[in-house]
Amino acid sequence: MSAYEPKIVGIFCNWCAYTAADLAGISRMKYAPNVRIIRVMCSGRFDPQMVFWAFKHGADGVLIAGCHPGDCHYQEGNYKALRRYKLLQKLLDQLGIERERVRLEWISASEGEKVKQVIDEMTETLRRLGPLKIQEAPGEEAAAAPAAGGGHHG
Amino acid sequence: MKGNGEVPRIGVYVCDCGTNIAGKVRVAEVVEFARDLPGVVVAREYKYMCSDPGQDLIKRDIQEYNLNRIVVASCSPLLHEHTFRKATAEGGLNPYLVHHVNIREDVSWVHEDSDEATRKAKAIVHGAVLRVAWQKPLEPQSVPVRDSALVVGGGIAGISAALTLAEAGKQVYLVEREPTIGGHMAKFDKTFPTLDCAACILTPKMTAVKDHPNITLITYAEVEEVDGYVGNFKVKVRKKPRYVHEDRCVGCLECIEACVFKEPRFPNEFDLGLSKRKPVYIPFPQAVPPVVTIDPDTCLYLRFGKCKKTCVEACGDRNAIDFDMKPETLELEVGTIILATGFKTFDPTRTPKYGYGRFPEVYTSLEIERLVNSSGPTGGEVVMRNGQKPKRVGIIHCVGSRDKNTNPWCSKVCCMYSLKLAHLIHERSGAEVYNFYIDMRTPGKGYEEFYNRLAKEGVHLIRGRVAEVTDAPLHPEEEGKLIIRVEDTNIGVVRRIPVDMVVLAVGLEPQPDADEVRRLFNISCSTEGWFLERHPKLAPVETFTDGVFVAGACQGPKDIPETVAQAQAAAANALALMDKGSVEMEPNVARVNEELCSGCHICIGLCPYGAISFNEEKKVAEVNEVLCKGCGTCTAACPSGALSQNLFSDHEVFSEIMGVLL
Amino acid sequence: MSGYAYYPGCSLLGTGKSYDESVRAVFEALGVPLQELENWNCCGATAYSSIDECTAFALAARNLALAHRRGDPILAPCPNCYLVLTKTQRYLEQYPEIRQRIVQTLERLGLNLGHDVPIRHPLQVLSETPGLEAIRQKIQKPLKGLRVAPYYGCLLARPYPIVEDPWNTTILEDFIRVTGAEVVPYAYRTRCCGGALTGVVREAGLRMVYILLREALRQGAQAVVTTCPLCQFNLEAFQDQALRKNGIQERIPVLYFTQLLGLALGLPPKKLGLHRHLIPFQPQRKALQEAVA
Repeated sequence: MSAYEPKIVGIFCNWCAYTAADLAGISRMKYAPNVRIIRVMCSGRFDPQMVFWAFKHGADGVLIAGCHPGDCHYQEGNYKALRRYKLLQKLLDQLGIERERVRLEWISASEGEKVKQVIDEMTETLRRLGPLKIQEAPGEEAAAAPAAGGGHHG
Repeated sequence: MKGNGEVPRIGVYVCDCGTNIAGKVRVAEVVEFARDLPGVVVAREYKYMCSDPGQDLIKRDIQEYNLNRIVVASCSPLLHEHTFRKATAEGGLNPYLVHHVNIREDVSWVHEDSDEATRKAKAIVHGAVLRVAWQKPLEPQSVPVRDSALVVGGGIAGISAALTLAEAGKQVYLVEREPTIGGHMAKFDKTFPTLDCAACILTPKMTAVKDHPNITLITYAEVEEVDGYVGNFKVKVRKKPRYVHEDRCVGCLECIEACVFKEPRFPNEFDLGLSKRKPVYIPFPQAVPPVVTIDPDTCLYLRFGKCKKTCVEACGDRNAIDFDMKPETLELEVGTIILATGFKTFDPTRTPKYGYGRFPEVYTSLEIERLVNSSGPTGGEVVMRNGQKPKRVGIIHCVGSRDKNTNPWCSKVCCMYSLKLAHLIHERSGAEVYNFYIDMRTPGKGYEEFYNRLAKEGVHLIRGRVAEVTDAPLHPEEEGKLIIRVEDTNIGVVRRIPVDMVVLAVGLEPQPDADEVRRLFNISCSTEGWFLERHPKLAPVETFTDGVFVAGACQGPKDIPETVAQAQAAAANALALMDKGSVEMEPNVARVNEELCSGCHICIGLCPYGAISFNEEKKVAEVNEVLCKGCGTCTAACPSGALSQNLFSDHEVFSEIMGVLL
Repeated sequence: MSGYAYYPGCSLLGTGKSYDESVRAVFEALGVPLQELENWNCCGATAYSSIDECTAFALAARNLALAHRRGDPILAPCPNCYLVLTKTQRYLEQYPEIRQRIVQTLERLGLNLGHDVPIRHPLQVLSETPGLEAIRQKIQKPLKGLRVAPYYGCLLARPYPIVEDPWNTTILEDFIRVTGAEVVPYAYRTRCCGGALTGVVREAGLRMVYILLREALRQGAQAVVTTCPLCQFNLEAFQDQALRKNGIQERIPVLYFTQLLGLALGLPPKKLGLHRHLIPFQPQRKALQEAVA
């Protein structure tokens, strides 16, 4: 592959966003292949550390997608995700990481079209931004296995 | 069962799905790649993993290769995760040691480039292999399912579902918003294609609902709150005051006769305003329950506190009328819920070119249903507002259907009901009838035959979308008429057809409050606003919320036979759940590692279900697994990593993230 | 702000000259400041976008950018210009990839597109400033007894209507009533005049013109009042052919609503360009015709 292609991790909630991605598939919509979707039950499971973990392992961006406000299958998990996302944005600023690299979207189960649109847009944005530029702290190496429970919280 | 602690021995199964996956993803290459991943003992390609032989592969390999982890890469786990869990269990392995990933909806169907698709499929399989190694055997919790059901909506869908459930011995609560059950069907005169009388087939069912010992009929009421989960829903129903005690009213209607309004003067909603009613009324004579209702907006006493209350006098000893009645909230506990909230018809003022609201002789099809109904406002006479019979009538199909400006969908029932109305209008008035259609859609048992019959009866069938209805004549014979301007595409000519009466075959739309209702019951809607079924083909009456089912036109336009079939299917699904008596909950609940918990309380406030409490003795958080619904919010928030969600632990999710970043 | 950025468009320089004249005269008389948009270009009309959409958008967008630079809302009396400018603005908001290309093109001209230059039609503007009541106060020669058919044409009604509910609006009728004239019921008020058909498929175009005129005559109108230079042109220039073909002797003048308003405000007919019309508008024309015959 000659041109740079960003790698994006998608954290999609089971009930809305993941179902919408299924719908996009059933509708045979065509979108950029750059997002790898991981299914969680709720966007409330989204943990900002997933973002840094992903960056550490070569991701250029992370897309979190959950149900629209008021629609959460678990009442309010998406609000928790939103809160964490807002705080994370500040942290990204401090680290000199572009905010556009982490995106939170509300996608309902019927919005297959939005899955396509968001993924295409984000891919395009990240193509423009180029690879994540972040210096690894000296002496630290990418772990071969995930940290044990709590380990990556260090 | 196996699966504890050993070194991972992983079997990877990549599905071709015929050509659905293999047409885009080079499956053999993915299998080759998987074979070399850590812990993988066997990797296979198979044409249809979900088929019996596909499942047998897994079962056999578990035995043969002593596998303790399974990865299946095929379609969406929302479709077949349970299939592969079952196969894994049958192979002798704990079913939660399988991880199912999606390389169809997420890959082969949405990407065009084979290299890209193959690369992505490998990444996804890599993520799954890394993740599955961390998965643990789990035992699902079983919760009891109550032997009672809630049916929301008392149209033909709700009635059919309620009767099926009640006949099977279940306690059913049927909640209806209007003062009577019967829904749209109660408004019809005849039903297509057999032209049997709607009342004759519906009213016995309505009465059966009222009389059934297992059905509690709650009319003039709406569901206000829904709590709980499959098998154990707690529902609050708000009953509006009808100012008449249903148990005391005998339906003698003497109060209506006695009302201080000597003549009916308020639009009767049931007749769509084509007839008048009094403040105390019964929507139609066969209403169920057969009791009167007092409308607070028009009743003098309820509005102004002043009236001779002749109705109370007429009621006498029965004492059924009670002006002090207040709204009442009922609390129900049910195991399953069936939503049958129906549809609304399209409002044709949104297509002003057809003149509804501007020209008095333009009607909606539902209004005509009332006109042709022998118990309707004209006793079944088809007459214009001036009382005369029309000589020519035009029926315009697809009003608010198949139209980008309004609704893109086909409403499915309009062609057939328009043909039915053409027949009835001709029969009742002798008028010449013109039907204007885009395409004649009559798929169904006996439907095409009905269409042929109508064509023989001499109905004019003009293929063309009507441009406008106007009262501006061009020719003398058009004076005083409504002129329908249409391109007759069968003969390639623009025609102007003067008529006396225009009927707009309005399409079906979701109820205006469908969005609030779906939130109440925690289900989804399609973009159009119809309730979303769990799977369009394989789970058409289930929803994404276990224990909640949909039936009838709230899920999409449907005619009566289809609605009844779906209602009975929903009832059967609900019965299956209730008869089993218990349901296995997904074991994706959170657990606390007491060693790590610092007792900070953060998780306790976050849990939307109050499932986490603080153990004062041990000074740690505790999860009540019955209350926990498995969202994982607490797991993400725990600063000590003490909370872990089954199937979505940090180990599992973080390894998957690492894996997909191949 | 130096008043509305007046965008006459090509039509108002040619066949629609009297529309241009009457718009300027009426705005002046009502004290609504108006200044022509400097160095404007053709909006591209409908033809260009069917040949090369992107260039067509660029053409229209340049005018939006000029107005954006000036900081004034655009006044577009020609419904076709109104449509094309509005459509361009909406499309560029909706399709970022097209917008990006246009923005780059405009940047080379030293122009900045902006996002929300208001695009207004004189009917909208005058109904707000000075407003119908204020206009009523200024009426000097009420057109009492004149029966007028209000004809919006199609483009103000769709696809980007100038009012919320074009089927039920009375905005043009309200203006006619302010002049003292009487409004006749006119079922075809938003029906197409035939557009370019009179040029390319004459028979079809003439029939459409005929249907519109016949209904106006049937309702006893003495004038048709329109808001569009193409409608005016079609209904006037092809009137003789269309009516003669159908054996109708009567003729009916076709005015711009600004002309009707100008007359009622007491402006001289010449200042309103009335002398340019083919069918003379004289309230006593019937009597004259009869005298000639």
